[in-house]
Amino acid sequence: MRISGFVGFTAFALATLAATAPAAAKDKLTVYTYESFTAEWGPGPLVKKNFEASCDCEVSFVSVADGVALLNRVKLEGASTKADIVLGLDTNLTADAKAAGLFVPHGPVSDVDVPGGWSDDTFVPFDYGYFAVVYDTEKLKTPPQSLKELVEGDPGQKIVIQDPRTSTPGLGLVLWVKAVYGDKAADAWAKLKGRVLTVTPGWSEAYGLFTKGEAPMVLSYTTSPAYHMISEKTERYQAASFSEGHYLQVEVAGITTTGAKNPLAEKFMAFMTGPGFQDAIPETNWMFPAGKMDKPLDPAFDRLVKPAKSLVFSPDEVAKNRKDWVDEWLAVMSR
Amino acid sequence: MAGRDEPVKAAPDTRITAGVIALGLIAILVGGAFAGLIAEGAGNLAGAAAAFDGYLFRIARFTLWQAALSTLLSVAPALFVARALSRHPVFFGRTLILQLFALPLALPAIVAALGVLALYGRAGYFADLLSVGGQNWPGIYGLSGILVAHVFFNLPLATRLFLEALQAVPSDQWRLSSQLGMRAPATFRLIEWPALRAALPGVAGLVFMLCITSFTIVLTLGGGPAASTLEVAIYQALRFDFDPARAVSLTLIQIGLTLLVVGALARLGASMTGDANLPVAPRRYLSAGNLETVLNAVLILLALAFVAGPMAATVMAGLGADLGRLAGEAAVRQATMTSLVLACLSAALSVAISLSLVMARRALAIRRRSERRSLLELLSDTGPAFVLVVPPIVLGAGWFVLLRHVADVFAIAPVMVVAVNAMMAMPFALRALRPAYDAASERHERLCAQLGVAGWTRLLLIDWPPLRRPLATAFSFAMALSLGDLGVIALFGSDSVQTLPYLLLARMGSYRTADAAGLALLLGLACLALVLAADRLGKGREA
Amino acid sequence: MNAVQKAASVSLDKVTFGYGDVTFSFDAMFEPGKITAIMGPSGSGKSTLLNLVAGFETPDAGKVLIDETDVTTSSPAMRPVSMVFQENNLFAHLSVEQNVGLGRSASMRLTPDDRAAVAEALGRAGLAGKEKRLPRELSGGERQRVALARVLVRDRPVLLLDEPFASLGPALRTDMLELVTALHAERGMTVLFVTHQPDDARRIASAMLFLEDGKVAASGPIEKFFAGTGPEAFRRYMGAETPVAQSRHVARKPT
Repeated sequence: MRISGFVGFTAFALATLAATAPAAAKDKLTVYTYESFTAEWGPGPLVKKNFEASCDCEVSFVSVADGVALLNRVKLEGASTKADIVLGLDTNLTADAKAAGLFVPHGPVSDVDVPGGWSDDTFVPFDYGYFAVVYDTEKLKTPPQSLKELVEGDPGQKIVIQDPRTSTPGLGLVLWVKAVYGDKAADAWAKLKGRVLTVTPGWSEAYGLFTKGEAPMVLSYTTSPAYHMISEKTERYQAASFSEGHYLQVEVAGITTTGAKNPLAEKFMAFMTGPGFQDAIPETNWMFPAGKMDKPLDPAFDRLVKPAKSLVFSPDEVAKNRKDWVDEWLAVMSR
Repeated sequence: MAGRDEPVKAAPDTRITAGVIALGLIAILVGGAFAGLIAEGAGNLAGAAAAFDGYLFRIARFTLWQAALSTLLSVAPALFVARALSRHPVFFGRTLILQLFALPLALPAIVAALGVLALYGRAGYFADLLSVGGQNWPGIYGLSGILVAHVFFNLPLATRLFLEALQAVPSDQWRLSSQLGMRAPATFRLIEWPALRAALPGVAGLVFMLCITSFTIVLTLGGGPAASTLEVAIYQALRFDFDPARAVSLTLIQIGLTLLVVGALARLGASMTGDANLPVAPRRYLSAGNLETVLNAVLILLALAFVAGPMAATVMAGLGADLGRLAGEAAVRQATMTSLVLACLSAALSVAISLSLVMARRALAIRRRSERRSLLELLSDTGPAFVLVVPPIVLGAGWFVLLRHVADVFAIAPVMVVAVNAMMAMPFALRALRPAYDAASERHERLCAQLGVAGWTRLLLIDWPPLRRPLATAFSFAMALSLGDLGVIALFGSDSVQTLPYLLLARMGSYRTADAAGLALLLGLACLALVLAADRLGKGREA
Repeated sequence: MNAVQKAASVSLDKVTFGYGDVTFSFDAMFEPGKITAIMGPSGSGKSTLLNLVAGFETPDAGKVLIDETDVTTSSPAMRPVSMVFQENNLFAHLSVEQNVGLGRSASMRLTPDDRAAVAEALGRAGLAGKEKRLPRELSGGERQRVALARVLVRDRPVLLLDEPFASLGPALRTDMLELVTALHAERGMTVLFVTHQPDDARRIASAMLFLEDGKVAASGPIEKFFAGTGPEAFRRYMGAETPVAQSRHVARKPT
């Protein structure tokens, strides 16, 4: 073991690993977002190209695992954060984010289009979706028509759900059941429990089990079938439409206190609800656009479940009750 | 009158100095993280107190229960598989089996879970076989699933470690046993079992610690939050609630429980004073009878099938992916490079620290004259292993909190990954190195003291040759572990550390399950390549 | 380097040493330039005494003096002492030459002079032509010869022998004892020789130290011990042999 060789290798390795930021001659906008947004197949590359073309600036994305990690990171960095814009929180997190005092009100934005309207002065939505039970048509001929049917149905037909303590859709289902059953939510969970094959820490694990054929149903989004129809050309996986309505998830972006000093931040927020951004959303982020598109939605999106009703709690309600509701879930499910 | 290059003054044993430095590094890494979290959580001590409730008691009980069962089911069979392998030092495929046994640890937990389910799940290969009387096979969800997955991870590990212990038995003992015409049971009782028993507390402790901190496996296969571990609660406390005080108190509970169990395990073992004669001949004096050979073959095949099954399923799934395209992607190549470099660095650091500790422990053990061990010796012995039960997410979060005002902490993420992975791999490296070093020291200690061979000279000239093979084993273990890990960065993520497992989960998280399966295959192959290389390196010139 | 060194005295001044429940207390003086045999029943402390002189053990009380210098706390390598053990005198993965070379430089940096000294010592020990062999390619006797060759190149005034020939056959043992005698004649070092073989002791030693229960039970010129009038403890240890045997032989006659 030659010591000098090892040291040299270490130095080389660390040098290759160190994030190399090119010297910025142009104005720069730093956007913190989640991993799948900036992935090659995500909306990130297109959004970056379009915005840079319109602003003669440079967009730099910094990505973390998901929305929760995003909020944690910004909270940790506090006022010294490099982020001008934080993109990818959902409405269950915005109350927390606001309370941290790290975001400033946004300027005028147009064309915001989400179910139930939008009136938040700090965060602007960029896409939305509905939680849904996605099922395998080859395994399940008669999917549940309502949350009630799901809860009371054949316990032999299993569903994989996510843990609300560690995952966004998991929390979504808790809120959904709460919105439908109210005070009777605990009883509903007690019945549903028999149909739950397992509770995974995140969406990926649950969906993985589902596509492996372990269970005929999984908690996911109404938009999930669009991916399978457009990218995989298969109709096999479909979302079940529930008569009580579906719980809404809105993804938003906001300007940080750092970004308040960067004129590009306002520009980006205005750009975000326009076609340069929104055109990329449906078929890269697999969510519904929350603004104006230039090109039409792929017809597959028209065939997705259209919820009879959007169920949603306000961010403040969620912030206030999340712990109690999750504990209620936990108490029933771990019996 | 002293030799030319001998020091004028008695220098303290450099091995102990090295051990103290290694312990210092560990203490700084763990202490720093705790300091960061405690400072952050000081404002909210209610969180720490609120951690103690009935729910905590329930999950603590389940955590211990599943970990104890998993340990028993992994370690007990491993004793016999290791023994079978040691009875047949040469047969076709033996090396390959051992190399395969290093792989499960490198697989991210979800990949392993899917691999296990591919066989034993509701839609698994065996589901039809297992469905009786029109009843559909319910899958292995619940405790059984957790146990199967844990045994898949830990049986191979325990087997390899036990085998190391058996190989450290002096060849004279084997010759003696065959000369005395000892049959298998007698050989086991008189030679193998004492060696295995000496290794047992360490190996069982290690497996226990791995199981007690299990997270993805427990949640995914556990069937519901009734199967929940402390690790899940810690994760939740940091990730969703960002409640550092609660995370710290939960971590302390986890460490406390582990201390209790590992302390109890230590009583199972017996210290073995090795007979340290010069190994005059390579051991080829083993003679297993026909019946025993058949039994051993069955045992090895069963273990192999159990371990290779889920891996084969992973390979099959991976072959379904568009591997050519994947291998061509810049992101994949970049991630592969990053993973390899990080794993190499972690493994090197891990082995260096472990060797320092092993040397210090031995040096301290030689110095003492009574049964009572000094605190320093205890620390350099079992102390560092407890790093395993400090969740990486706690280490990561603590340091990020601590350093955020001082430096751009996200730029130093790679350093954190290397340091934390090195620590997490250290207990494995320790297990692999210690028996060999102690045996070598037993032979050489007085001679080295007499001749004044110490420090680097001793390391390179005297200790290196007999340690070469165990060092390679330790290195490949450490590397495999680091390859599959992404715990440290899970909380905050970092653009500068896009490793293969990270990429794999990202693909899984955006419907690209086929890509993810392909990446799992690539990850396994990368790991296999590393293990092969390390084995080759370790063989070298047999001294 | 063949000059006879000034011989060094070795003394243990009221040394006590405890290990577990056992306590040893030694008070002894070894004359410079002489070969002293150390004998005694198993567990009487023969090896412990050598380890205290060599520095592998540190006394709880008392002093170890070599050449009138207090070495009680010196490390083994710093003491003017060479030691040959019963086993494990060689590093298994190093060649004969390297093993001897370590006696010259503990970091293996050998000057041409050192190499010459190594070659000469190997020749002296009857190992010429086996320089490149590994220990496992040598017989037991040859291995101990390598250890003695290293003693030669180390050239220290005190030599400790801890039953080094116990596992060798009679003829080989005789050869080895002759080699030790020759080395002693040449270098004049003080030799402490632990053995179980009275014949070996008688052959090369001029003095004897007899240990029992962790203490010095008797000491003096070797002839005194084998003259039939030796100390009681020694006669008990020897049992049927030598002077005592004679009387039994006589006693048996009438039957």
